[in-house]
Amino acid sequence: MPLTDSLRDDILASVPSLRAFAISLSGNGDRADDLVQETLLRALANIDSFQPGSNLPAWLFTILRNLFRSDYRKRRREVEDADGSYAKTLKTQPAQSAHLEFEEFRLALEKLPQDQREALILVGASGFSYEDAAAICGCAVGTIKSRVNRARSKLSALLYVDGAEDFGPDETVRAVIGGSGG
Amino acid sequence: MTIQGLNSRGSVDKVMKDVKSRNAAPGKQGGLNAEIQSRIGHQLRAMYDDVVRQGVPDRFAELIRKLDTPEGNAQLGAAGDKNDGRE
Repeated sequence: MPLTDSLRDDILASVPSLRAFAISLSGNGDRADDLVQETLLRALANIDSFQPGSNLPAWLFTILRNLFRSDYRKRRREVEDADGSYAKTLKTQPAQSAHLEFEEFRLALEKLPQDQREALILVGASGFSYEDAAAICGCAVGTIKSRVNRARSKLSALLYVDGAEDFGPDETVRAVIGGSGG
Repeated sequence: MTIQGLNSRGSVDKVMKDVKSRNAAPGKQGGLNAEIQSRIGHQLRAMYDDVVRQGVPDRFAELIRKLDTPEGNAQLGAAGDKNDGRE
């Protein structure tokens, strides 16, 4: 479909939620804005492949997610210490609401496996249906549902251990180390 | 058939019962109760909406405006993966 004025306005109207998605995924404001910029360039360059009448935000989110994924794979090879320098970039990032609880939540979110984090954000924050989220992530609806459930129980274990009986991999690892006597 | 909430013991029992029934709800394996779930949902949206409320930074409004010109379209050709050199 050609780039009409109204389509351009719709794309622009999606920018705030694209940024929120990008920040939730990457945990880094500068990198998130680069991702959004690249998403917009890709979207406009490939606007002919957008089906009129289909879900524009879902299309844009798909582009951003795929860009993040390929970028993430590249960076992973560059950044060796998984929880050293990356955790620091999170802490130095100027947060608008710098409540301790807010930061704690952000860090806990960062500890989720990527699949679970993106599923939880798409459904729980962006407000996509399970079906749309499945289309964005290129997987089955049931897979999205189970990822969202696992993300929630992992978060509750990380943030409210007292209230949750479910233990994530961290506790499992500790239990294995603790019981490695024989 | 007991009346709950008449003494402190009764209300404690009631709370425990509520927690247990929430934990036993289908699809909530791992003891994730409704209160924690709604807290997670609330924090997730608070974090997300904090960014959404910032609106569209000038940088992006500018970008889209610029791309509406012939020079901008040439730039797009360089950015797009699947663009196969049409004008």
